[in-house]
Amino acid sequence: MNRRVLEKQAILLDVTAKDWEHAVRICGEILVKTGKVDPTYVDAMIRNIHELGPYILIAPGVAMPHARPEDGVIQEGISVVVLKEEVAFKPGKEFKVLIGLAALNSESHIDILQKIAEVICKEDSIERLENATGYEEILHLFNEKEE
Amino acid sequence: MKILAVCGMGFGSSMMLKMTIEKILKEKGITADVETADFTTASSIFADIIFTNEEFAKQLEGGRVKVVSVKNIADANEVRAGLESVLNT
Repeated sequence: MNRRVLEKQAILLDVTAKDWEHAVRICGEILVKTGKVDPTYVDAMIRNIHELGPYILIAPGVAMPHARPEDGVIQEGISVVVLKEEVAFKPGKEFKVLIGLAALNSESHIDILQKIAEVICKEDSIERLENATGYEEILHLFNEKEE
Repeated sequence: MKILAVCGMGFGSSMMLKMTIEKILKEKGITADVETADFTTASSIFADIIFTNEEFAKQLEGGRVKVVSVKNIADANEVRAGLESVLNT
């Protein structure tokens, strides 16, 4: 399988966000721009967090905003946003990295989830994400093979 | 044994959690069914153990089922420690 999980147009670094909602919106807008989702999907991402709480924190400092395929996914893919300053869903629930997920169904997006899991399961790669200064570093993290 | 991985929608982070749990089960040679569920239906599904995040754990605790809360859903060490803690009680 040689499909690339992440493309460079889907990465934004050094982003200033005024709160979590702003950060999630920026992360979702990338998926709209890269043709992965309809704008309705971004609204659904935010609505889900309002309804269900900050369950999208998948690791300390890392949020994975997403909604359901039927909320407007066109094509599978992810986006990565690294904030300049961390924001919080509430005190104790801070994050600096967002991985926006557009998934089509539970079978076909397992490869993508597997890749995200490989990246966030190591504390040092979360640090590398948080401190990345160029998109190449992030591309490398997501597209490199696990030995 | 049935294990449920729970998240907000039942297919994003719970699927990642399920992959981590299955890795640990395989490593330990334990046979168990691992399913994913969204938070709203989780309480109506029979399970022996539930793995979920801190938020949902607080709300799912208190019943007969053992609840494990996980901070990093892809961290094998954390999931292994969580599983060991409930299997030993």
